Amino acid sequence: MALCESCRRGFLSRRHDFVAKTLADLTEAMKRAIFAERYAREPGLLQAIDPRVKLVTFLVLLLLAAWTRRLDVLGGLYLLTLGLAIASRIPIDFFVKRVWLFIPIFAGMVALPAIFNVVTPGKPLFTVLTLVGAPCFLPAQIFVTEQGLYGALIFILRVATSVSIAVLLVLTTRWTRLLKALGVLRFPQIGILVLGMTYRYIFLFLHNMESIFLARRSRTVGRSNWQEKERWLAASIGSLLGKSYHMSNEVYLAMVSRGWNGRPVLSDHFTLCRRDWAWLGFVFILSVLIIWVGMR
Amino acid sequence: MHIPDGYLSPVTCGVMYAASAPIWYKATKKIEKTLTSRTVPLLSIFSAFSFAIMMFNAPVPGGTTAHAVGGTLIAIVLGPWAATIGVSIALLIQALFFGDGGILSFGANTFNMAIVLPFVGYAVYQLISRNAPASSSRHWIGAAIGGYVGINAAALAASIELGLQPLFFHMANGTPLYCPYGLAQTIPAMMLAHLTVAGFAEAVVTGGVVAFLQHTMPYLLKLRLRKDTVA
Repeated sequence: MALCESCRRGFLSRRHDFVAKTLADLTEAMKRAIFAERYAREPGLLQAIDPRVKLVTFLVLLLLAAWTRRLDVLGGLYLLTLGLAIASRIPIDFFVKRVWLFIPIFAGMVALPAIFNVVTPGKPLFTVLTLVGAPCFLPAQIFVTEQGLYGALIFILRVATSVSIAVLLVLTTRWTRLLKALGVLRFPQIGILVLGMTYRYIFLFLHNMESIFLARRSRTVGRSNWQEKERWLAASIGSLLGKSYHMSNEVYLAMVSRGWNGRPVLSDHFTLCRRDWAWLGFVFILSVLIIWVGMR
Repeated sequence: MHIPDGYLSPVTCGVMYAASAPIWYKATKKIEKTLTSRTVPLLSIFSAFSFAIMMFNAPVPGGTTAHAVGGTLIAIVLGPWAATIGVSIALLIQALFFGDGGILSFGANTFNMAIVLPFVGYAVYQLISRNAPASSSRHWIGAAIGGYVGINAAALAASIELGLQPLFFHMANGTPLYCPYGLAQTIPAMMLAHLTVAGFAEAVVTGGVVAFLQHTMPYLLKLRLRKDTVA
């Protein structure tokens, strides 16, 4: 019903080799992080906005996209994300592909059966199938319903708009600045420190995993049985777990030698400028407008 | 099992944040109780490990693959409270820095994968392996069954959250506003996939890794009992 990114990709690509699939996932994750950092350094509209303001206003935009019941409002919000992507110097084909591939396309596949009266009863639009001697659990006619079609459209557009907003935030904000901006949401300093360290070590783990899987691929000739694959996978994860523990000790010692005393100190030098206030004002007016349209 | 934004109503997202908040609070208090300067790197590295484990595709009999969450495994090594924090951080990074998963649905995702999964999985593991000697096969069998039951419990929670959407959030004429499927569809769809494929992958990874650790690094299985870790 709802699958993670990797499952969706696997579902769409139908790749069943677990080594190739893991390598593809690892490459994709690293590619995403590299591209996100590249675009976050561009001198575009959203990149110039204070990350604290951006985080809060993007949360508001996400809430608006989740709250509205109108297709035209969702369409407008989606077009706004496209406009913001262009103004932020993100290639539009890259942005559309990044958003639509996997999550909204998968949402479309998920929503497809819901347009029929079997799932969503309602006003018939057109008949697809007439069943002669249909079993008791199926209706005699299968047709597309107005409620089903509208529900599916609003569902897909809502998912696409929400993903676009989240991706836009990721692509236009350097992760270090985003991390510091979390402090505005009263996120504990210790949490911000753990998040920052985790993010850094994720790439080390991804690199280690890539080496492990590439080594296996380069040494594999012919087919291996399921039990052997399972044993190898368990040993790889087990080794990674052991390495994690030893690494945490080494990192701790490295931190102590650099003056770590258990109390995190984060430097924060953000100041709001006229552009940030203008963006805040724009999102505020947009929110009032969407709420007013929604309440009518 | 990640629920992206747009599948759940903002009200459901709010309720799931509210349901997860006391558990996060309690987990943070537990950490503070045993907080040493060593905790920060330990939690960070294990959160990164949690993120990494979600990228492993496990082979499943029948030729397909599925990937594990690893919540039960981390709970066995560090304890369920630390697993809650570790998996939550991994999910937050996925949502916020990689644009995967949901930001509004983060509360629901952590409730399912960082709370239900490790706690249920760990309880089953404890039930089976309690008082067993360190080398006993009850440890890896308990871990495998715990992993299987844990991920299925999390899938059941996710399917209920999704299935409640058309019941509570629809227009006056019955048009669904969020996930369009009711409980009669979400529970069988999610449970079939997890009982047959994803649950098996979680069992293979959790049981297999615990068996590997029993032979090569048994001290890791006793980590949660040590003073300098988060139990």
